[in-house]
Amino acid sequence: MDIDLMMRVYPFFLKAAWVTVQLSIYTAILGLACGALGASMRLSRLAVLRFLGAAYVSVFRGTPALIQLFILYFGGPQIGIQLNAFEAGVIGLGVNIGAYMTETIRGSIIAIDKGQREAARTLGLSGWQAMRKVILPQAARLMIRPLGVNINALIKGTALVAAISVVELTYTAQRYIGSTYKPFEMFLLSGVLYMIIIYGTGQAIKWLDRRARIV
Amino acid sequence: MGLDFTVVPGYLDIILLGVVWTIAITLGAAILSFFGGIFFAVIALYGPWFVRLPFRAFEWLFMGTPLLLQLFLIYFGLVQIGIDLPAFVAGVIGLGLHFAVYNSELIQTAIIAVDRGQMEAARTLGLSRGQALRKVVVPQAVRDVIPPIGNNMIALLKDSALVSVIGVSELTLSAQRAIGNTYRPFEFYVVAAAFYYVINLGMEWVLRRIERRVQAAR
Repeated sequence: MDIDLMMRVYPFFLKAAWVTVQLSIYTAILGLACGALGASMRLSRLAVLRFLGAAYVSVFRGTPALIQLFILYFGGPQIGIQLNAFEAGVIGLGVNIGAYMTETIRGSIIAIDKGQREAARTLGLSGWQAMRKVILPQAARLMIRPLGVNINALIKGTALVAAISVVELTYTAQRYIGSTYKPFEMFLLSGVLYMIIIYGTGQAIKWLDRRARIV
Repeated sequence: MGLDFTVVPGYLDIILLGVVWTIAITLGAAILSFFGGIFFAVIALYGPWFVRLPFRAFEWLFMGTPLLLQLFLIYFGLVQIGIDLPAFVAGVIGLGLHFAVYNSELIQTAIIAVDRGQMEAARTLGLSRGQALRKVVVPQAVRDVIPPIGNNMIALLKDSALVSVIGVSELTLSAQRAIGNTYRPFEFYVVAAAFYYVINLGMEWVLRRIERRVQAAR
């Protein structure tokens, strides 16, 4: 193993890891927003909204994220959407992971006992009040762990933007593999950084989950 | 530049060939990941410590890093140590290993969940440990995790798009070839997405049938 080379190039990998972190944060925020919107559509009383929500989930979970990214980044200009690679990466990945988060959020909401809603309505709360004050606080606790799984997948998914030349960890590893012919060393460098990001995030989510537990 | 889908039919043969390769690579990797997953699970649970520990490290590394990075490692790494595999084989190995690790996680839990009495009964009947695992415990465990393994296979189909990056001429790369000639990325990527969607539906249908048969066999 060429430790010397690794010592020489690791600052570039650190910089790239920071790009991966930023990508992950923006993508997670957008994904959660899309997930919340998607879930409320899927649970709506209006059939049109329910259908749109279901179509969103089906299409974005039924096709590869890489293709979605390519449609947005390379095909976007044809329909008047001009984005730089980083923006396209965040939007493409965020909308994609949002489809998975839609199902996570919806699942947590419908897992709350129906009696809770009925009791809240009986006590005179409106439908929306019952959702906001009774159901959502309980569902929010349930969804922390499964959303954590989505976020784990999302962080690994940010590697896809290497294919549209965003200089993040995977792109950097690929470039250095090409120029140094040391695939194993470069994999190890970027792999360790990915694992720090992923396991760090995992710990944060476990902590959040423990804090949110009532019993 | 507006949209013009009329250029698509001229390239349909290339796209369909890509569909065939996508299905081939998905099938190859799915089979590898299924049997590899069983093999890994048995090693992780019953192997001697000097096998178990390195395997745990390998598992940890594969679950904590992106598939795309692993594909680069396998494709360029094998060339580095003198094994020059065709991109297709490297793609099958990369995808297969990646999902074998995920399947192994599922199967390990299922093996632990199989009642201890099954192993004891099999040993009492004179089967060796290996035989008891192969003929009694593992088949029951695998049957229990067919639905989540099916979900992994669906994920595998979608992730097969990544092997276009190491030059396997599957659906994504075929679309890119057509785009190289026509400069119409939107049209061809949408067509590719539609094909993936249809393959996905077909795969879900097959998996549901398998699940039903497995359920009926219990």
